[in-house]
Amino acid sequence: MVWWNPFYEFDAMRREIERVFDEFGFQPGAPFGSAFLPGRMARAYPLVNLSENHEYVYVDAMAPGVDPSSLSINVVHNTLTISGEKRGAPSEVEPEAFHRAERAGGKFVRAVTLPVEIDADKVAAEYSDGILHITLPKAEKAKPKQISVKVA
Amino acid sequence: MAEKTVPAVGGAPERSKRELTRARDRYARPPVDIYENDDALVLLADLPGVPKDGLEISVDDSVLTIQAKADYTPAGKDSIYREFELSGFFRQFELGEEIDQGKISAELKHGVLKLTLPKVPEARPKQIEVKVS
Repeated sequence: MVWWNPFYEFDAMRREIERVFDEFGFQPGAPFGSAFLPGRMARAYPLVNLSENHEYVYVDAMAPGVDPSSLSINVVHNTLTISGEKRGAPSEVEPEAFHRAERAGGKFVRAVTLPVEIDADKVAAEYSDGILHITLPKAEKAKPKQISVKVA
Repeated sequence: MAEKTVPAVGGAPERSKRELTRARDRYARPPVDIYENDDALVLLADLPGVPKDGLEISVDDSVLTIQAKADYTPAGKDSIYREFELSGFFRQFELGEEIDQGKISAELKHGVLKLTLPKVPEARPKQIEVKVS
């Protein structure tokens, strides 16, 4: 004979709820990396990758379909701001004419804080194949310096 | 257009992945807009990082297959912060009879693919003249 164990019931319910959250992929901060690329989302747009070497910081933004004349890149101290407008489907298309509407269009602004000081005068940016590549040279004082060790 | 996934010509994507690329590569489903006007269906797909030679579009037995390989790695040696990864894209659609499959045209610009799928002449709306006697 099995007595009803309230703790067992609660534990089973907790595990069910956890499983629901796992299926939704609610992992805070985890990169999307999933099978479905975000066409519409509530998170920051565009998604960025930051990488660096000794001399440069590189910011790559995934921004397909942006009108290049609307792109604006600004640097103040160590904050990089990217703004522009992504072209969605043409505006003259009637809503009934859509079979699917998964992409989104519209204006976007994103501010990225850079981890080091950069030289704002020498920033270069290139937009190719829907990816915005921004190259920011590090300020002289932010570059790593080799220190020679004197052996006594 | 109906969404349908069938193995691509030459085997399922999983099999060709193992032969050609690292096992870690995954295929993403690009978001698409599909709208219709009098002459054609227009499909817009976001394919960031895909150069012209990385894009493969084929129609086989009324199944339209869009396959693309992005050519992107971050420029810097050390990664500070990574929000996106791009590898391959794959999506298939089943085309209806009203599409003239031989006349599909494609344009890839700024990472957006625009496919124009013209309708066969019989499927286009025709003006019918009304004779008044």
